[in-house]
Amino acid sequence: MTVEEHALEHAAPGHHEARTSTGLDNVKVGMWSFLASECLFFGALITTYLLYRGRTLLANGQPGPTPAEVYDIPFTSVSSFVLLMSSLTMVLALAAIQRGDHGRTRVWLLTTALLGATFIGGQVYEFTTFVNEGLSISSSPFGSAFFVLTGFHGAHVTVGILMLLTLFGLSMGGRLPTENARTVEMVGLYWHFVDIVWIVIFTLVYLIPSE
Amino acid sequence: MATTELAALRRGLLARPTATTGRLSWLTTVDHKRIGVLYGYTAFFFLLVGGIEALLIRLQLAGPNATVLSSDAYSQLFTMHGVTMIFLVVMPLGAAFFNYLLPLQIGARDVAFPRLNAFSYWLFLFGGVYLYSSVFLGGMPDGGWFGYAPLSEQDLLAHRMDFYALGLQIVGIASLVSAVNFIVTVINMRAPGMSLMRLPVFTWMTLVVAFLLLFAIPVIGIGLFQLMFDRLFGAVFFNPAAGGDPILWQHMFWLFGHPEVYILILPAMGIVSEVLPTFSGKPLFGYAAVVFAGVAIGFMGWGVWAHHMFTSGLGPVANSAFALSTMFIAVPTGIKIFNWLGTMWGGNIRFRTPMLFSIGFVAMFIIGGLSGVTHALVPSDYQQHDTYYVVAHFHYVLFGGALFGLFSGLYYWFPKLTGRMMSEGLGRLHFWLMLIGFNLTFAPMHILGLQGMPRRIYTYPDGMGWNFWNLVETVGAFTIAVSILVFMANWIVSRRRGAEAGADPWDARTVEWMTTNPPPPHNFDEVPVIHARDEFWHRKYAENEEGVPVPAVAGAADEDAEGSPIHMPNPSYFPLIAALGLPLVAWGLTFASAWLIGTGAVLVLAGLYGWALEPSSE
Ligand SMILES: [Cu+2]
Repeated sequence: MTVEEHALEHAAPGHHEARTSTGLDNVKVGMWSFLASECLFFGALITTYLLYRGRTLLANGQPGPTPAEVYDIPFTSVSSFVLLMSSLTMVLALAAIQRGDHGRTRVWLLTTALLGATFIGGQVYEFTTFVNEGLSISSSPFGSAFFVLTGFHGAHVTVGILMLLTLFGLSMGGRLPTENARTVEMVGLYWHFVDIVWIVIFTLVYLIPSE
Repeated sequence: MATTELAALRRGLLARPTATTGRLSWLTTVDHKRIGVLYGYTAFFFLLVGGIEALLIRLQLAGPNATVLSSDAYSQLFTMHGVTMIFLVVMPLGAAFFNYLLPLQIGARDVAFPRLNAFSYWLFLFGGVYLYSSVFLGGMPDGGWFGYAPLSEQDLLAHRMDFYALGLQIVGIASLVSAVNFIVTVINMRAPGMSLMRLPVFTWMTLVVAFLLLFAIPVIGIGLFQLMFDRLFGAVFFNPAAGGDPILWQHMFWLFGHPEVYILILPAMGIVSEVLPTFSGKPLFGYAAVVFAGVAIGFMGWGVWAHHMFTSGLGPVANSAFALSTMFIAVPTGIKIFNWLGTMWGGNIRFRTPMLFSIGFVAMFIIGGLSGVTHALVPSDYQQHDTYYVVAHFHYVLFGGALFGLFSGLYYWFPKLTGRMMSEGLGRLHFWLMLIGFNLTFAPMHILGLQGMPRRIYTYPDGMGWNFWNLVETVGAFTIAVSILVFMANWIVSRRRGAEAGADPWDARTVEWMTTNPPPPHNFDEVPVIHARDEFWHRKYAENEEGVPVPAVAGAADEDAEGSPIHMPNPSYFPLIAALGLPLVAWGLTFASAWLIGTGAVLVLAGLYGWALEPSSE
């Protein structure tokens, strides 16, 4: 959640190492709880999408763009693959810092951020194309549900990129020592979660035909 | 000097504040007890605001064809009365108790994430400020606390429901953050020996509430985002003219809304489960049953939401299924009630003020619970829907229930907070005035509702047979107001001049009473080692137990604690700064001001970065 959460360690009775009732790290339990909550966040968005994907009529009653018409499956498959690969580089970043290899840590953190940014670039391109084809947030319930769902996912990826770049900057300044591997692990947890959500979205939204 | 300051600057954006006394230190505090106090006073302030709104409503309805309020003002007031009492009073009052008590009850020195805790409080406060800023910016939300679409999307120029959508979003984030914090605290910060089945029941109920918040807040969050996108960015989620479905909002809202009912009531149930044993001189009857009933409510609460939607045309299959699940969920609640009665049965009952309020809670909650079961019967619900019968029901559970329980807790833990006792005489006066006023106000609503008086109408014609009971209700409402004044007088006077409480004024049972009143900032000089449920009781009455080794009252030494100083987390500016950004973003979105959105976003980011990079102490 935060780069440093020393405060909690000092809240533990008279110790410099956090000692917890379960032996699990506080930040880790907190992150898992937060991600559990995020499941319902995306669950509600995906449910709305599944409910609305067939509602493609425009407000004037004319037929509007349908999922089958606008989706470019090969293109989105490639950008999904890019995002998946970023989970791999995230794992490599964590492994690097855990063995104290800070040079590699920086390389993999930056690669992960760049792969994430590539995915976001793909999403911007996709959104622009869809708008040009007449699908917008206000064109139909399908449009509203699609843009808000994928938009929120994109926002999550963007937050992840910011965190990765912050870690990269900290590491460049020598402020991400090996003891802080836990921080990289937490950002990694978040990053993998956002990737998994995309796998669900890609399957349910893009691959399963609506009609 | 200069070099250390420079060093501090280099390490964090702002040097970490160190003052823990003085007025300004409240802005940077991360002490769970002080945050609890802030929550409590803020929520009480909003209780007065919501109460005044209720009195205005009752004045308008005291007689037929009244003109105290216009239809427009009435709509704003009943909406904000509901929003205020639920989101700005009962939820944060519960949070005040979680904050103040939970670490004390589990023998911890603070919550798992102290700064995150401060962040929750500031978000709640600024969410409330944002909501009420609508008074000066075109009027308060006027679409009901449930915000049903498409009504909530009618008046796009007035911004009133924008304040609803974004204000609830902000206080929702506050609740979500505190839910994560309390889950981790209960799971990880327990004193040695404090196993889950030794947790005080209040802590258990807090844990259930935290999980309910964790899963319910994102659902309403998405609903509110969809409402916001509809209102501000032209989306059509709930716009039937463009193919959207307003019923989707109802599902989103009540999928959150029913668990929310338990979010409101479970803290009070936890408080009552602490007070009844203490004043009956007996352990809680069926501890495990009470805990499991609470957990069962936490699960079953997710399967009943459509009982709020029986008249929306879901069809007989869905209606029947939700009718059955609604009847089933009365079972765990009934288990709790019988356990509370069993606790009092044969006990050595002392009728002190906290006990009176707890007994009042049980009695009023039974009435509200029973009228609630009548809503489960679909044909009966068709008749009651949108009438005052429903208003009577939920005030019996949320006022007669939750608020009576919370007042019980305020009286019970006042000595913990201040080291002094509240006046028993004024306490009794408060209780009886409130009980009588409450029943005068809400019992007649059952009758009016069954006679067909609809909710949310700003006036009614003469000759409907509604005049008498409406007048009685207004008298009752003002009786409640008087009782609240008595409470405030009692509180203010007792804080200064109440009798010294000593260490254990109530002959209590749980760990929070094993430290001084009020507790030191670090709560416990030595973290207690827990050997039993009702640890404190067992330490005091060791001779009644056989075979259980009982340590001295001074507490067993924590084996590796010797010599190492207690180091509490330092205060911090950043929770306040980060929280301050969100209402700015919200105002910016409401009035389409990129400048405000940008400023708010920069504040949030600056706050979060400063927070993340903050050195742990100077
Ligand atoms: Cu309900």
